[in-house]
Amino acid sequence: MFNAPVLTANEDDPRVLTACGAWNVANVEMLERLCERAASADIAAIDLRRVTALDTVGAWLLERLARGGRTRAALTGAEGPYGDLLEEVRGLNRAEPGERKSVNALLEKLDQLGRGSRRLVSDSGAFLHMLGALSAALLGVLRHPRSFRLTSTVYQLGRVGWQAVPIMALITFLIGAIIAQQGIFHFRRFGAESYVVDMVGILVLREIGVLIVAIMVAGRSGSAYTAEIGAMKMREEIDALSTMGLDPVAVLILPRVLALVVALPILAFLGSLAALYGGGLIAWLYGGMSPAIFIARLHEAVSVTHFEVGIIKAPFMALVIGLVAAVEGLSVKGSAESLGQQTTASVVKSIFLVIVLDGLFAVFFASIGM
Amino acid sequence: MAGSTAIHIRNLVVGFGNKTILNHLNLDVKQGEILGLVGASGGGKSVLMRTLVGLLPKRGGQIDFVDHRKGEGSWGILFQQGALFSALTARQNVQFPLRENAHLSPRLLDEIADAKLEMVGLTSADGDKFPSELSGGMTKRVALARALALDPALLFLDEPTSGLDPIAAGEFDALIRTLHRTLRFTVFMVTHDLNSLQAICDRVAALADGRIVAVGPLSSVLESDHPWVKAYFHGARAQTLGFGT
Repeated sequence: MFNAPVLTANEDDPRVLTACGAWNVANVEMLERLCERAASADIAAIDLRRVTALDTVGAWLLERLARGGRTRAALTGAEGPYGDLLEEVRGLNRAEPGERKSVNALLEKLDQLGRGSRRLVSDSGAFLHMLGALSAALLGVLRHPRSFRLTSTVYQLGRVGWQAVPIMALITFLIGAIIAQQGIFHFRRFGAESYVVDMVGILVLREIGVLIVAIMVAGRSGSAYTAEIGAMKMREEIDALSTMGLDPVAVLILPRVLALVVALPILAFLGSLAALYGGGLIAWLYGGMSPAIFIARLHEAVSVTHFEVGIIKAPFMALVIGLVAAVEGLSVKGSAESLGQQTTASVVKSIFLVIVLDGLFAVFFASIGM
Repeated sequence: MAGSTAIHIRNLVVGFGNKTILNHLNLDVKQGEILGLVGASGGGKSVLMRTLVGLLPKRGGQIDFVDHRKGEGSWGILFQQGALFSALTARQNVQFPLRENAHLSPRLLDEIADAKLEMVGLTSADGDKFPSELSGGMTKRVALARALALDPALLFLDEPTSGLDPIAAGEFDALIRTLHRTLRFTVFMVTHDLNSLQAICDRVAALADGRIVAVGPLSSVLESDHPWVKAYFHGARAQTLGFGT
């Protein structure tokens, strides 16, 4: 039942139009064209007796047409519900549309730059604020040890520590193996294959072990923290906690950050072991160096200092990851999109800060001669 | 067309696991009426509505829509929590069904969205707000504007006045009444609001034990002998509103 809409001028009086057919959203393309063509003419009245269907879209187009001329055109012949609908639409969209601001492209770029810089400052502020809140919560716990949420902390430790062991071990094992293989391949030309053990040992213990693990934890657990805390923020769970007189930082964030601070050094230790194991395996299978020789060389090459340099960084990296995750989680707004944005921001910022921190530690250790 | 049937439900059975929620339910919704559905919490009101709109599978029975098919804009659904798309502004939410189902010029799209927002008592400025910035009542209004975007012939309302204060609820009832008079749609409304039932429903259906135990104008439902209906309309809360005395 296709009922094409038509708008024709009367033969005796061209200022009176007759509308026929279905004026509804299904025919909106045709209607818009009809109205555009008619809009330039001077219209006194539009006869709607032969309209077979009318909805809000059709009624609004007729109303717009009627308003268009110097004097308002009359809409005649509509009955029953159509009349009511036209009457309703007649009162709508009366407000003048607000002045649209014209924007200079250069000014907008500068505006964005300014906003970006200010966000950087406010981000650092929020980060320091969270560090302070966390320290205050920690002091509170030290003063009243019974208020410490042990169950929650242990549960989080299981999630970010225990459950992460297999994937961390696998990835660091592969990294160690790759470093050893590349080392053997290139050192062979100088006949210096045995120095691969020094390279793998020092690199893994000082840098790679802890760095890879920290980046993995930022992606695996930092994002989970942000999403969890953000979802709680969205559903007003955080507000509910505060109104019960509980500090959300002490209840939700302290156990999570503490769990990270405990778990990351352990994971870094296990990761370093796995990387050394991977390196040793490749040295044996690919480089033909027997495990006994590998272990003996490793014993000569690395000292406890190398291990200390690596592992000391782990809790600080964990703290940074936890703080960023908490700050981003708490800045989630109402929408699902915002949750996604903050989770992305959390992972990107924490990985960036972990690498910056690693650089600062390198400078520090170099200057104290470790 | 008055008096003809819009939705024809026969022997509808819906259940989850080994639990049967709706047990051989029969109901007719007439063209152009406002039908209010009442029932106990957890009694299957929302299940019935969700089955009608195709969100839940039925185990047996028949649902016939006269002249309405899904996906062509002939249904509008107002969810209990609004279910607005949180990444879009109020205006974009209203425009969404229009944009997906018809080819409107951007100018007309804006004008229609503003017109719909004004119809439900909001202003053009409210259109720029995101759902998280809207109050409960405004969310319901925007959701109603979105449900009405394509001028549906059939409107499903899930507890439209829940969470609103009595004044806002009364305004919302009046709004549905007015829009119903102008746009002439059929309304299937799940509600707990005794005032709404009295003020805007042409007929009331009572759902208990998985079937419709009473249906008709409010006055005839009030006379039903079913124990649940008696408890519902003749309980203390209903008495204070002047029901069933």
